[in-house]
Amino acid sequence: MKRIEAIALAARAAEEQNALLISNIGYPSRELYSVCDRPENFYMLGSMGMASSIGLGLALARPERRVIVLDGDGSVLMNLGTLATIALYGPKNYLLVILDNCSYGSTGSQPTCTCYCTDLAAVARAAGVGMVKEANDPQSLAPALKGQGVVVTKVEAGNAPVPIIDLEPEEMIKRFIQSALPAEPS
Amino acid sequence: MSPSLAIFRGLKHAGIDFVASVPCVNLQDLLTLVSEDPDIIHLPATREEEGVGLCAGAWMGGRRPALLMQNSGLGNCINALASLDMLYGIPLLMIISHRGVAGEPIVGQVPMGRLTVPLLKTMEIPYQNPASGEGERAVLASWEEAQKRRRPAAVLLDLNYWRQA
Repeated sequence: MKRIEAIALAARAAEEQNALLISNIGYPSRELYSVCDRPENFYMLGSMGMASSIGLGLALARPERRVIVLDGDGSVLMNLGTLATIALYGPKNYLLVILDNCSYGSTGSQPTCTCYCTDLAAVARAAGVGMVKEANDPQSLAPALKGQGVVVTKVEAGNAPVPIIDLEPEEMIKRFIQSALPAEPS
Repeated sequence: MSPSLAIFRGLKHAGIDFVASVPCVNLQDLLTLVSEDPDIIHLPATREEEGVGLCAGAWMGGRRPALLMQNSGLGNCINALASLDMLYGIPLLMIISHRGVAGEPIVGQVPMGRLTVPLLKTMEIPYQNPASGEGERAVLASWEEAQKRRRPAAVLLDLNYWRQA
């Protein structure tokens, strides 16, 4: 499966679940923006490694709202402690999707350790995450996107030819926060 | 009032309701107060940078976040402070135990102790260095500045601060 196909599935799931979607730095955010832009998408433009943590803080702050994070193997390896924190504190409205293309895809596809020896699903389990799924095709990914915990999805290396995101950071966060607000009591 | 209680009262007065932390021995009493408060979500983080991410997400979800850490951890979170909080305009209150200054017995604390204020100045992060009796007021003022300017603000608590009765 190409990464952009997995991202499109996740975007559709987020839309159906009215979920807030945090997307990792680099090409994954650009691919998400090109397949399905929503105000409920937060596109990371910096702070590599922080996607899973931003999503966890958000999910804990808003327990009634579904939060999905799209992260990468390189970024999770940069913030591996996040898996231990998710194991202990991850709420049921939180799902971390690790799109593992075994490479630093936005910087020239240099291999990560998952290319050779590191199994991030096993790392997540060993960190204590109770719900860890591996979903490497669209048929298994679609149902996994309804769950909680961590999903690891192997995707092909390479980036789709998509443009950069033409939203300013201020605009991006403003519309995200507005769409994340609790519904007005009726 | 104990130095820890003064900071805690500042957090409560500021309406802080989400705390991420990496411990320092000088923060232990404050961490206990925070953990026992039913109105504060407290997340011990594995690394200070992770705490910056957690706090950013909590703010995006409507919470008022603070990060409790030692100044050694400031070095671990610079990229996230710059390319997450400053880039998007996300406020963060940082309560920092400032080690490696006058009276520090551990030599390993000294390099970051000396670099802490220059790093904050370089990043244009406003900071307060409260003395005896000023802890509560400094915390409140620091959060108000973070919120108004939509960026991180710091309260540095040096070794002298904790010695005050």
